[in-house]
This record gives sequence, C-alpha cells and structure tokens, in this order.
Amino acid sequence: MVYLTRIEHFNAAHKLYNPNWTKEKNDEVFGKCANENWHGHNFELFVTIKGQPDPDTGFIYDAKKLGSIIQEKVVEKLDHRNLNMDVDFMRGKLCSIENLVVGIWNELEPYLPDTIQLHCLKLVETSKIYVEYYGEK
Amino acid sequence: MSKKVAVFRKESFNAAHRLFNPDWDDATNDKVFGKCALPNYHGHNYDLIVKVVGKPDKETGYVMDMKVLSDLIKKEILEKFDHRNLNLDVAEFKGINPTAENIAVVIYKLLRPHIDEKLDMQVRLYETPRNFVEYPVD
Repeated sequence: MVYLTRIEHFNAAHKLYNPNWTKEKNDEVFGKCANENWHGHNFELFVTIKGQPDPDTGFIYDAKKLGSIIQEKVVEKLDHRNLNMDVDFMRGKLCSIENLVVGIWNELEPYLPDTIQLHCLKLVETSKIYVEYYGEK
Repeated sequence: MSKKVAVFRKESFNAAHRLFNPDWDDATNDKVFGKCALPNYHGHNYDLIVKVVGKPDKETGYVMDMKVLSDLIKKEILEKFDHRNLNLDVAEFKGINPTAENIAVVIYKLLRPHIDEKLDMQVRLYETPRNFVEYPVD
C-alpha cells in the first residue's frame, strides 16, 4: 500500500461563535477568535490517499486529477469565502478546524474513485495549529 | 565597529479583509478584484518582517534591542490587527483599501515614529507564502 498526499490551499474568514451563548460567554471561551467582524487565515489542506500503484501508470492515482477534484469539490466552496456565512456544508456548525476537516472529508470522499481510499486529511490553520482526520466516526 | 548591520523581527497576525473600491459599482469591483471583493470577507495569516538598519551601539552591540522591537510591533500592530477585520475594525484603513501594499504602508507609518531616527526601517509583509510586499523602496 502506498500513500500519496496532495496539498491545496485556500484563504478564508471565520469566527468561533456559539449563537446559543451570550457575547460574554463567547468571549470567555473563544477569546479574540470570537471577534464579531471575523478574522481569517491561509488554510493548507493535505489530502492523503492510499492504494496500490497501477501496473500501467505507476500511479495509485493521478495526482493532478486528485488536485482537480479537491479544487472543484472543496476549494471552490471555501476559497476567499466566509466559512460561517458562505459555505453550505458548514451551515449551522461551529466553524472550528475540527468541524471543518470533518465537513471537507464528507464533501470529498464520495468523489474519489473506488481504486483508492481516502486515508487522512490534515488541515493547517496557522504555523502552530493543525488538525488531522482519518474518517473515524 | 562602524559598519551598518540589518536586524529583522518577524511577527504574525490573522485578519479578515476584502478588496473593494466604494466609488465603483459591484461589477467593476468584481472585474478588478475578483474573489478578493466577495462581500462577506476572507482572510489571511499575515507574516510581518520589520527590518531595522544601523550601526551597532558601542555599549550594547545592538542595532536595536529585539525585545523592544518585538514589544513595539505587538503594541502598535498586533493589538490592532490580530483577529480583526481590517476593513471594519481598524481605524487606519478608513477610506483605504487594505491591499498588502496599503497594509505595509500603514504599518510603516505606525512604527516609524517609535524607532530612532538614526536607524533605517523597512517593512516586508507576506499576505500568503506566495504574495509579499515591501515598503519603503528606494
């Protein structure tokens, strides 16, 4: 089994804010991430697939095609958007990177061919913070 | 020691913005600024490098105490910009489109009065790892 990772990126605004709480409670829990007028990040998305190299191409999957699928199914929805307001699959969810990475998995996984498996998504929010998700429920 | 030396301090802030000229209609803004003009904002991890050039002080060996420079950047820039919306939350961008170019100029103007006149200063601002600007230039 071989693992292949494709890296894509997007720039987006968000805030961490629970609408069921008061502003004070949001400030207490989320600090400056709750700033009502948003803030933003350069997000990096590492998509790792696994499979057997094809005898004819040597590829487990064409990395350029993988990049196109990530762009079409995920990055076009997220790039230069407001994650809280503009992204259909984040509607009603808290816009933490934990929830975002699960949302991205659910958007992407159905569009990958049966010959490979989605192994891991790594989503980098800043140089100090990232999350990983392996599809576990 | 009479040679000039450049010292650099790197800091970072995360902010939302959009590029938009209020004198233009939406179609023109879309045409010029593309997805950067989207109405609900987007954001970046900005990396800021402040360069200070001068002769090392005879007593300390420093061009400038980096802790002092770091504290200055935090007080004058990060406290105003970090986790903010540059268009809405930062008074310095009232009437100014917050392009990387204009952000660099604003940062320079905020810092310059606090740095010794004998020292030269330059700001380099990374909006993404691939897009960055410098101000001032010769």
